[in-house]
Amino acid sequence: MIAAPKSFEVVPKRDASGDAIGELLEVSFGPHHPSTHGVFRMDITLDGEKVVKLKPVFGYLHRNHEKIGENISYLASMPYTDRLDYFCSMTNNWAYALTIEKLAGLAVPERAEYIRVIMAELTRLQNHTSLIGFFVHDMGALGTPLMYAFREREKILDLFEEISGARMMCNYMRFGGVRVDVNDDWIARTKTLVANYGRFLDEFETLLNENEILLARTQGVSPLTKAQAINASITGPMLRAAGVNYDLRKVDKYGFYSRFDFKVPVGETGDLYDRYMIRVLEMRESIKILNQALAGIPAGPIMDSKAKLRGFRPKPGEVYGRVEGPKGELGFYIISDGGPNPYRYRVRPPSFINLTILEDMCLGHKVADVIVILGSVDIVLGEVDR
Amino acid sequence: METLEQIKARIEKSVPLTKLDIIPNECPAGERSLLVEASRAFDVAKFLRDDAQLQLDYCSNVTGIDWPEAKIKTKVKKKVVVEGVENEIEETIETLRSGHLEVVYHLYSMALKHGPVVLRLRTENRADKTHLPSLTPLWRGAEFQEREIYDLYGVIFDGHPDLRRILMWDEFVGHPMRRDYVAPDDFEYEPTPHAEVLDAAKKHYPVEPKAEVKP
Repeated sequence: MIAAPKSFEVVPKRDASGDAIGELLEVSFGPHHPSTHGVFRMDITLDGEKVVKLKPVFGYLHRNHEKIGENISYLASMPYTDRLDYFCSMTNNWAYALTIEKLAGLAVPERAEYIRVIMAELTRLQNHTSLIGFFVHDMGALGTPLMYAFREREKILDLFEEISGARMMCNYMRFGGVRVDVNDDWIARTKTLVANYGRFLDEFETLLNENEILLARTQGVSPLTKAQAINASITGPMLRAAGVNYDLRKVDKYGFYSRFDFKVPVGETGDLYDRYMIRVLEMRESIKILNQALAGIPAGPIMDSKAKLRGFRPKPGEVYGRVEGPKGELGFYIISDGGPNPYRYRVRPPSFINLTILEDMCLGHKVADVIVILGSVDIVLGEVDR
Repeated sequence: METLEQIKARIEKSVPLTKLDIIPNECPAGERSLLVEASRAFDVAKFLRDDAQLQLDYCSNVTGIDWPEAKIKTKVKKKVVVEGVENEIEETIETLRSGHLEVVYHLYSMALKHGPVVLRLRTENRADKTHLPSLTPLWRGAEFQEREIYDLYGVIFDGHPDLRRILMWDEFVGHPMRRDYVAPDDFEYEPTPHAEVLDAAKKHYPVEPKAEVKP
């Protein structure tokens, strides 16, 4: 019988020669702590309020997504990908569809590519908006900013619901296209939303950018150098906040991103303020992409005529496909042996790998900062634990 | 970026005594990969990271694959002359694939924005010789992913700073991502009185006669 883990323990603090010179406190932080964004545990050792050791503990939401993927057909994994990062089901769908299209050699019609870009950028908008809400919430601004963020997010989710039938578990993309076409009315309403989104961001920025508490809690906290970020395989806004210009939309030019004019915002110090600001700036760029995509969406089919949904058996081979998700590089690695199920189905989860140097980022900071640092990483436990 | 053949030639020049194989990929859009001997893998990886032309500073994806022992059937077309007439027949050749675990690294360069170079490492077998060198000292980003492969596949990474189970709990036995893994009937983590209670309960009820099975 295994004893239940204690929630805290006092252990002696020793100097270099091994003599006890004080006490350290070992705290089991989580898994049911609201600020861990799900069920996530950290074993923290504290010296006073300072963190001297931090070990993340995973697996509370583990259901072996990859094994499930190997036991069901290719298409049946599509709704499962929604549950990885349940904030961004559209980009998860896209990453998976893109990988299988690479494997099976399917072409995507122009209209479908435009719809995918629109959906992915709307997802980025709502993910970053709500992340900033959570981030400020973690700092102690309970309620107001988060509710402002959720009000805007809900408008985007309404658009998703109308087109796919579900607010969050969209299950929208298919190999070789998308499932449902958008109509002119939907496009007109999306245009209105995008046009008003800039005003909401102005309001949000006025509230937060120069807020004294936000500045005090974020500026200079947990800076990340370029070399550290690259070596730890950090991707997404966290990487760019550290000053590395690496955005898969520019590097891989998947979809039709090469057709749109947008910039990649890059931070300087990689501290928490940069990570916050990068997300605001990325939303501004997303609005630019959305305006171009909504104006230029062509008419035409939404599915590749060669694509078939039933009896789909791609030829043997292996492939790695990746997209720039709102949280970082989301990749799928598929090995096909010619059968109806993939031989190997692997997800490269960005928020899991971004946690690799969580300990390094937190060492020496106060325990209250740990919560904000974790908030800035932007994790979703459905993806971390898979 | 250079072709895989060029990279292979340069590695063989710089890292002595290295045996490399290029593994073909039947999918035209996918990448071919480089099979590296486990004993030289660390040096090869270090070369790939530090080489000025490649600068593969970003280890994106690390993953395990299980290949159990299997008979592989390959069809070969053969020309046979029967009574002066040339005929083409298909012949099936069976080869035995020895079981092994495989670890795949996808390496990219953030500095030069190219990639991927795909590295493959193979263990000797699936039972007792599952050691591979850890590449975490080179790319910190592989730390959790190698732990995950250890947890789910049972590959032991020598030189890993903190090799523990990551997704399954520490007391768990087995490696669930292996092809031959069979899930237990009951996932109860803490022993509960159910089994004892059920056994006791069975004594109170008559046992159903077993149906005879004809051979």
